[in-house]
Amino acid sequence: MIQTVEKDVSDMAEPLRIDLETGDGPPQELVFAAPWEAKAFAMVVALHKAGAFSWSEWTQTLGRQIRQDTEQGNCDSYYEQWLKALEMLLAEKSMADGEVIDEYQHAWEHATRRTPHGQPIELMPGDFHH
Amino acid sequence: MHDHDHDHDHDEEVGALDTRVKALESILTEKGYLDPATLDLIVERYEKKVGPRNGAHVVAKAWTDPAYREWLLRDGTAAIESLGYAGRQGEHMVVVENTPSVHNVIVCTLCSCYPWPVLGLPPTWYKSKEYRARMIADPRVVLNEFGLELADDIELRVWDSTSEIRYLVLPNRPAGTEGWTEEQLMDLVTRNSMVGTGVALAPEQAGVS
Repeated sequence: MIQTVEKDVSDMAEPLRIDLETGDGPPQELVFAAPWEAKAFAMVVALHKAGAFSWSEWTQTLGRQIRQDTEQGNCDSYYEQWLKALEMLLAEKSMADGEVIDEYQHAWEHATRRTPHGQPIELMPGDFHH
Repeated sequence: MHDHDHDHDHDEEVGALDTRVKALESILTEKGYLDPATLDLIVERYEKKVGPRNGAHVVAKAWTDPAYREWLLRDGTAAIESLGYAGRQGEHMVVVENTPSVHNVIVCTLCSCYPWPVLGLPPTWYKSKEYRARMIADPRVVLNEFGLELADDIELRVWDSTSEIRYLVLPNRPAGTEGWTEEQLMDLVTRNSMVGTGVALAPEQAGVS
């Protein structure tokens, strides 16, 4: 769809922080800045693949989350918005609700604390209810 | 020390996001919605296997093969798929060609829709609210910030990826590349030139004589 260009100075935000690329060799930026970003991305793709939601349901939810954040002046990073949108969609689909996610998060925090540095962290039943 | 505190807060934040994502993965795996091995394959695909080199191949072929170029502009999805680049976010491809009098640029004003099979995942600037808003409000200024100066008489077309369609810009072929092979031409095709925030490199810029 062709957009006609309309100038609206009141919409101007700060200049872009751009990673200019040399065009030679790989792009300057990592695809995922941290493993959690990669996982959050992969979960959405996998869930879509499994038929949990349509892609336009996902982009509409993501768009809604981004709009909400912008209105509230929230400056969460892109993948933080992505993650919140995923939780929103999962709640709407009754696939996972906030309380259960909190519970599991606390359990993972406990598992992380009790695991010696360098060892793989495994979630155990005993990590819950702490 | 200030720097140490900042790093500490940052680590805590990442730690919280990490456990949040792990929590989601556990819950969804237990309920049978997810398989961890699938997640690893997806990550690997998008970290390593898809990227702008795919799009550069499409562009270089269009530059050297007039029949392919015509097909690409007429049926982007099929022409791109014929080179082996297909998959999610590439199901409905439309290729828009730059000419001496027209320059195209892509944005997704609502979120970050982007043609993954040919360009990989979008860079941070593409997803930023600044790019998404200002590419509609003041595109020429934004392009200047990318180092791209367009003459006033060049028509600028901004394509908003709000529907199912994903766009790819076919940049102008740089001068001085007569007789170049597809492989050689691919080195001139930057990711930004296929989004429209740049143009293809000139031979001297790529360090090629």
